[in-house]
Amino acid sequence: MRYAMVIDTLKCVGCSDCVVACQTENDVPLGYCRDWIVETVNGTYPTVNLELKSERCNHCDNAPCVRCCPTGASYVADGGNIMVTPDECIGCGACIQSCPYDARYQHPDGWVDKCTFCNHRLEKGQLPACVSVCPTKCMYFGDLDNPNSEVSQLLKTRKHKTLAPEAGTKPHVFYLI
Amino acid sequence: MQEELFTSGRHIPNIDPYLQIWHWPISVYLFLGGLAAGILFFAALFYLMGKEKEYPTVVKNATIIVPIALTLGLLALLYDLTHKIYFWQLYTNFRIESPMSWGAWVLLAVTPLSFLWVFSYYSVLFPKLENKFQLLTKFKFLKSFEVYLKENRKYMAYALIPLTLILGVYTGILLSAFNARPLWNNAILGPLFLVSGLSTGAATIILMAKTSAEKHLFSKIDVGLVIIELALIAHMIMGYYAGSQVQLEAMQLLVAGDFTVMFFGFVVILGLIVPLIIEVIELMGFKVPVSIPAILILIGGLVFRFVMVEAGQLTRFLY
Repeated sequence: MRYAMVIDTLKCVGCSDCVVACQTENDVPLGYCRDWIVETVNGTYPTVNLELKSERCNHCDNAPCVRCCPTGASYVADGGNIMVTPDECIGCGACIQSCPYDARYQHPDGWVDKCTFCNHRLEKGQLPACVSVCPTKCMYFGDLDNPNSEVSQLLKTRKHKTLAPEAGTKPHVFYLI
Repeated sequence: MQEELFTSGRHIPNIDPYLQIWHWPISVYLFLGGLAAGILFFAALFYLMGKEKEYPTVVKNATIIVPIALTLGLLALLYDLTHKIYFWQLYTNFRIESPMSWGAWVLLAVTPLSFLWVFSYYSVLFPKLENKFQLLTKFKFLKSFEVYLKENRKYMAYALIPLTLILGVYTGILLSAFNARPLWNNAILGPLFLVSGLSTGAATIILMAKTSAEKHLFSKIDVGLVIIELALIAHMIMGYYAGSQVQLEAMQLLVAGDFTVMFFGFVVILGLIVPLIIEVIELMGFKVPVSIPAILILIGGLVFRFVMVEAGQLTRFLY
């Protein structure tokens, strides 16, 4: 089992529904986000190209945040999800400094919080909140180890990229381009 | 020509535009940790070389600074934690891949050892205090503990040499292990912080030394350390220059950006080159107060930590 998320940048309209769904589902404190929308314009006028995408923790295979954590509060859960145990986190910020995606933040209560791929929903057989609400259905979630899953098939047939692959983190959020 | 424009970013007011997690306590701690490691390393080394009588400041007097510096440094670290009441979690785990875990455990060993080292010289260092309170004569167990420490000082010194070296290197490795901050992510930072720590330690010893023989010896040691430090800084810049795009951008902060004046002005020129020249002039026989280069080196070391911690957090991979 290896969870992965695939996001179709050609279908995303940047409505931020995933952001609001995440904040509601996970009780994210005001002023923080576990996921966010990035809108990029590439090229020089008049040949420009707009790309919209929803970003979040990449649940990396080679996770620097887990490596740098001095207490083991950041850990790799079943399915490769990177999780934080609040009662083991001392709030030192090492994981925040080590994340190339800046996906982590210090919760007002002190511990470090981040996207969990909605682990609590996965356990019930539900999709992550952001995926389940996407109005354009541009987000896909599934098991990469299963060659017949929707995400495996999409990655087999479509061109895709990951963010900052040069950081060597082997991210597991893929963007179809 | 390819241009990249952003019409909208992430809109997370508490995270953007700059993710600054570490503030001044971290810089202060890195400075105090390096300083303490430097002094204690020289103390243990000179004790083992049998130079205790010849150079009393380095073995005895200067070590008073160490427990104070480490205590203040640890308080600064604790102050910067956001989930403070769980700090003990550091000591229920050892994570071999995490430099911070190494640092926490090394500090747990070095801090008590530094207190014990000073206590073993208690009657020599604080004769007035002893005369007034007579702690050692009143409490027999303290006296026997002091005697026990004196007998085992050699083993403390043997333990302190590797431990202080790890502590000195750790202050740099702590930063360089974060691959998401390109300015920090270079292997030379560990040795650089170690050498800088040793040189600030030597500078403190120069300031506290009473005999000119001791001042001269540590001026010589400091000259060597400053030359090594300058070479390591040159290597660090070369490393960025030969690095990837993110490292090239990170280098701009130091060589042509917001931190250039602080880095080259206060660290490289006023903190290293000027004291180096003054120390060389002094060693050639001209009369210059050695406290001037020593103070400049201490200020340079502190500014260096601030520059690295602040500038490093501005560098990132995306956006």
